[in-house]
Amino acid sequence: MDGKELLTMRHIKKEFPGVLALNNVDFTLRKGEIHALMGENGAGKSTLIKILTGVYQMDDGEVTIEGSKVSIHSPQDAQNSGISTVYQEITLCPNLTVAENMYIGREDSAWIRRKEYERRADEILSRLQIPARSTQQLGRCSLAIQQMVAIARAVDMKCKVLILDEPTSSLDDKEVNMLFKLMRDLKAQGVGIIFVTHFLEQVYQVSDRITVLRNGELVGEYLTEELPQVQLVSKMIGKDLDELSSLKENSDTEEEPGEVFYEASALSSTQTLPFNFKIHKGEVNGFTGLLGSGRSESVRAVFGADKVTGGIVTIKGQPAKITRPIDAMRHGIGYLAEDRKRDGIIAELSVRENIILALQVMNGFFKPISRSESEAFADEYIKVLQIKTASRETPVGSLSGGNQQKVILARWLLTHPDYLILDEPTRGIDVGTKLEIQKLVLKLAEEGVSITFISSEVEEMLRTCSRLIVMRDRHIVGELKGQDLNQAQVMKTIAGEIKVKSPDQLQAMKSIAGGKA
Amino acid sequence: MKKINTKREPFSDTQLLMTITISIFICMYMSAIGFLGGGFLHVQQLFDMLNDNASLIIVSCGLTIVMIGGGIDISVGAVTSLVVMSCVLYLSNGGNIFVSILLALGIGLTFGVVHGFLISYLEIQPFIVTLAGMFFARGMTTILSVNPQKVSHEGFSALRDIKIEIPWLGYTAKNGNLVPARMELGVVIAFICVVAVFIVLKYVRLGRCFYAMGGNQQSALMLGINVKRTRFLSYVISGLLSGISGFVFMMHTGAGNATNAAGMEMNAIAASIIGGTLLTGGVGNVAGTFFGVMTLTTIKKIVVSSGLNDPWWQNITTGGMLCFFILLQSIVLTRRNIKKKAKI
Amino acid sequence: MKKSFKNIFSNGLGQLTIPIIAIIILVVFNLIRDPSFFSIEITQNNEGNNVLSGNLISIINGASELAILAMGMTLVTAACGGQDISVGAAAAIAGSGFVKILKSGDTISGGKVILAFLFACIVAMLFGAFNGTLVAVFKIQPMIATLILYTCGRSIAYWINGGATPTFSSSIVNAIGGFIPGIPIPTPVLIVIAVGIIFKLVFHFTSLELLTQSVGINGSAARLNGINATFIKLLSFIILGLCVAVAGSIGVSRLGLINHETLLLDIEMDTILAVAIGGNNLGGGKFKVGGSIIGAYVIQTLTITLYAMKVSSTDVKAYKAIVIILLVVIGSPVVKAKFGKLMSKFRAGKGNACVKGAE
Repeated sequence: MDGKELLTMRHIKKEFPGVLALNNVDFTLRKGEIHALMGENGAGKSTLIKILTGVYQMDDGEVTIEGSKVSIHSPQDAQNSGISTVYQEITLCPNLTVAENMYIGREDSAWIRRKEYERRADEILSRLQIPARSTQQLGRCSLAIQQMVAIARAVDMKCKVLILDEPTSSLDDKEVNMLFKLMRDLKAQGVGIIFVTHFLEQVYQVSDRITVLRNGELVGEYLTEELPQVQLVSKMIGKDLDELSSLKENSDTEEEPGEVFYEASALSSTQTLPFNFKIHKGEVNGFTGLLGSGRSESVRAVFGADKVTGGIVTIKGQPAKITRPIDAMRHGIGYLAEDRKRDGIIAELSVRENIILALQVMNGFFKPISRSESEAFADEYIKVLQIKTASRETPVGSLSGGNQQKVILARWLLTHPDYLILDEPTRGIDVGTKLEIQKLVLKLAEEGVSITFISSEVEEMLRTCSRLIVMRDRHIVGELKGQDLNQAQVMKTIAGEIKVKSPDQLQAMKSIAGGKA
Repeated sequence: MKKINTKREPFSDTQLLMTITISIFICMYMSAIGFLGGGFLHVQQLFDMLNDNASLIIVSCGLTIVMIGGGIDISVGAVTSLVVMSCVLYLSNGGNIFVSILLALGIGLTFGVVHGFLISYLEIQPFIVTLAGMFFARGMTTILSVNPQKVSHEGFSALRDIKIEIPWLGYTAKNGNLVPARMELGVVIAFICVVAVFIVLKYVRLGRCFYAMGGNQQSALMLGINVKRTRFLSYVISGLLSGISGFVFMMHTGAGNATNAAGMEMNAIAASIIGGTLLTGGVGNVAGTFFGVMTLTTIKKIVVSSGLNDPWWQNITTGGMLCFFILLQSIVLTRRNIKKKAKI
Repeated sequence: MKKSFKNIFSNGLGQLTIPIIAIIILVVFNLIRDPSFFSIEITQNNEGNNVLSGNLISIINGASELAILAMGMTLVTAACGGQDISVGAAAAIAGSGFVKILKSGDTISGGKVILAFLFACIVAMLFGAFNGTLVAVFKIQPMIATLILYTCGRSIAYWINGGATPTFSSSIVNAIGGFIPGIPIPTPVLIVIAVGIIFKLVFHFTSLELLTQSVGINGSAARLNGINATFIKLLSFIILGLCVAVAGSIGVSRLGLINHETLLLDIEMDTILAVAIGGNNLGGGKFKVGGSIIGAYVIQTLTITLYAMKVSSTDVKAYKAIVIILLVVIGSPVVKAKFGKLMSKFRAGKGNACVKGAE
């Protein structure tokens, strides 16, 4: 399986203001191999991909394809050099037909030879065994088919390098298998495939080789068969197993948990399967699992951020109905969203306005926070959380990631929540700030605030949480506390080497599996 | 080899909306014949509607292209008016008929190019740019002449009087004479424009790029389409068609007036919407637009024929019809999308 | 020193830079052209009151309706990312409602004027709510949704008026459209100030400003912070409805008659322009009502300047268009970026020259 080198990237460096996204990264793709590119959030995977597809320009380094140096300045350049990308977000036009999507932007004449395109498209679709017709409107096809059409387009363009960026995250098992078959077929035809995914099992199902990135640096390149799953997880997360066992034991003195603050049974939303969950007063628990495992979707259901479809919720023993975020907020729940840019900051508004936003909404329309009051709040939290900003009137969008996160934290702290959900509060921010946030979490818990803490970095969660709920592929696969709360155990549970313990969860899994089939 | 494509495809959004429009138009026209009878039975009635609206049809074609691409052009009526006034003055002062055609096309093209440049290359909001274009064209029209101007030009009169007469579609008047159905030259030009735009949208690469750009601009870029140039061209085409429309308008009225084509832009937008073009872009069809114009006109005719002669009734029914279509489209498309999501 | 000056322009004034510069240029241009252009004199009007008159007064007075509508339009733009093109038609309806009540009896008393105004407000708010429902609930783009009322609004006004252009005369109504005896400032100007103060008070006593901006800038984040975006959008249209009622009533009072065809004709376009010139993004988000008000006065100053230069009222549009294009081209992000690059290149070149000089 030692094919010829198809694509090499050497000493790639990319810097964004304040962040070194890629530092001296090498990557090699050989002919006819499926190469998994792995890493947690902020590892630099997507930056590397975007450099390859011409969305970003690298600051340093070189890219060669089949031995000759190429420079890629735009998506068109990438296409011309034989690099095609299929993104998680479908980048086709839903209002055109399948055939049009396959041929638009690369026709050789000014006229559309519809019949010919449709014939060729059908040919390719049937060759790749994609169950779609060339005349269908793309938007009417399932996401899986849309993804495959994108691949078919790439194949028809005689691409040498095919990048699949999280292609399976919205597909079900059957569709995933269809996709894998397609990938293996292409591999047999000598196409090099870069496969980016968060699903470990899928990596082991199809890939030949794995490159791991962490914090913008290359960890290493491995043959898949030589790298056990647990090893892979530890390389992604950044701790060796041996090192891990010695780390922490502070949870030995297990305190009596206080009264139950929040309890949900069979809670489900449009994005989750039904699950049970509870949290005590002053407790810090965490949802862990790799990205896409359903950890964020679960807490979004708790907050009412996605449409809740079922389940019974009690808060402090009283039944509660949470269908919209405002309901949750009125019950003293705060939620720091995973995607800071999309769901968190109001970029053009000032630090001050961003800080008071949630409190203002809770206060109601007719009780505005006065200017002087809001300035006092802003100043207070800028000081307490040491937010680095030119002034409280600076637009929050111009702050660094860590400081933006602190502003959102301040927003929720200001509402004096009883229960705070922090989804990836430390993503993409510097180490110092990470520590500050962890300390803050512990301090809040001491003051009696219940906290759910989610992070891609297990170590961070071990340091803060007294109970960890582990998720894999949208199922809760374990709950760890006390003695079990160590990194080795967590990783094994994430990687799936430890079977589920509690029988009711097993039952739940079975019923879910049954329902799916 | 077995046939793969025997199954008929379900309607696309574009086809669905267009079908709704066409069926409503037919229903309306039939009921007009049923309840009001008389004039609606004669083909001439249909021809009159076309004669009166040839330039609106042409302008709407251009607007449909712009709207499919996700933009808006509200200058079309004003440009039409400016073209009418310029050509009328030029011809009245003894100009050449061919040069006047070139003049019409030139004015339209200039507006299109400037709009397109400002919108796609300087990234200024289309609404503001074409609003300024509209102000400029209206202002220039009155600068040229505040008073109505009549064309007195032999060549032009000859051209204007060309009528296509179709005897077998005519009817026998009370005095026993056969009155053939008459169609103006402008209608022929309008039909040519509709067919040309239809072909461009359906069979030319550029046309599909309009759809791609309106459907998802980011995707269009990723698919290798030159989005800036495509957007530029959509406004150029719209400008050019406004120029043609101006000339057709002049052939219909034979005179220039500062208030020519007043409110035409909004009628054109309304016609496009009724014809199933979405302002969000990516969905629409010029055939639908054609029937949109006809539907609008039929409503007005029906209102007039049923004795509600006040002009305000026309506008109120137009508004009501527009409201009906907008809500219908919103509901139909939302339901479709919900169904699709449920399927996934 | 230089830096602080630059900061004032880039941060302190922010989005107001362009409208303020525009108004300064217009003023200076006029002063050069005719030094007495802005002179104000006291004259006696028909009713024997001592009133102020002059170009400046006619600018400020004439822009009243525009300024009031621009304030409401700013909110709609910020919350919905689109514009209401039916304000002129809606104002005609509101004005007709106003006149309908005024003419319902024999005499026009003060109470009746208030009643008429309240009726106009209710009518305009209902139509605003209609537009708002289409936009907020049915998720139709504002321009399309308001196209309906734009098409048939003036005809509805015609219907309310029974197909005529009813006239009325009353000293109370004249005072609204003209001058209150004893006060030399035109009443519409006072009303603009009052509306401005009401806006200020609304922003002070409610959280409207913050919530509207949040919805306009980042709808997803706004939702996750518990904001009811549908309500905010609907509310913005209802507030615009109120502004429409005020503007319509002023317009009617000025003339002493209601003409459904000419009342505030084409004002929707000027209103949107005022919002844009005021530096507000027509795509929604952060807004400054003050900017829109200045924008309204820029437009009116331009119009009056052109009139003073003997440009006829119908031709004004063409010149206006040129100024608008100049303004938006200067404000275009692409032009700004290009200009910025040019400046930095120029500066770098200068820097190099200095270094060379030092050597």
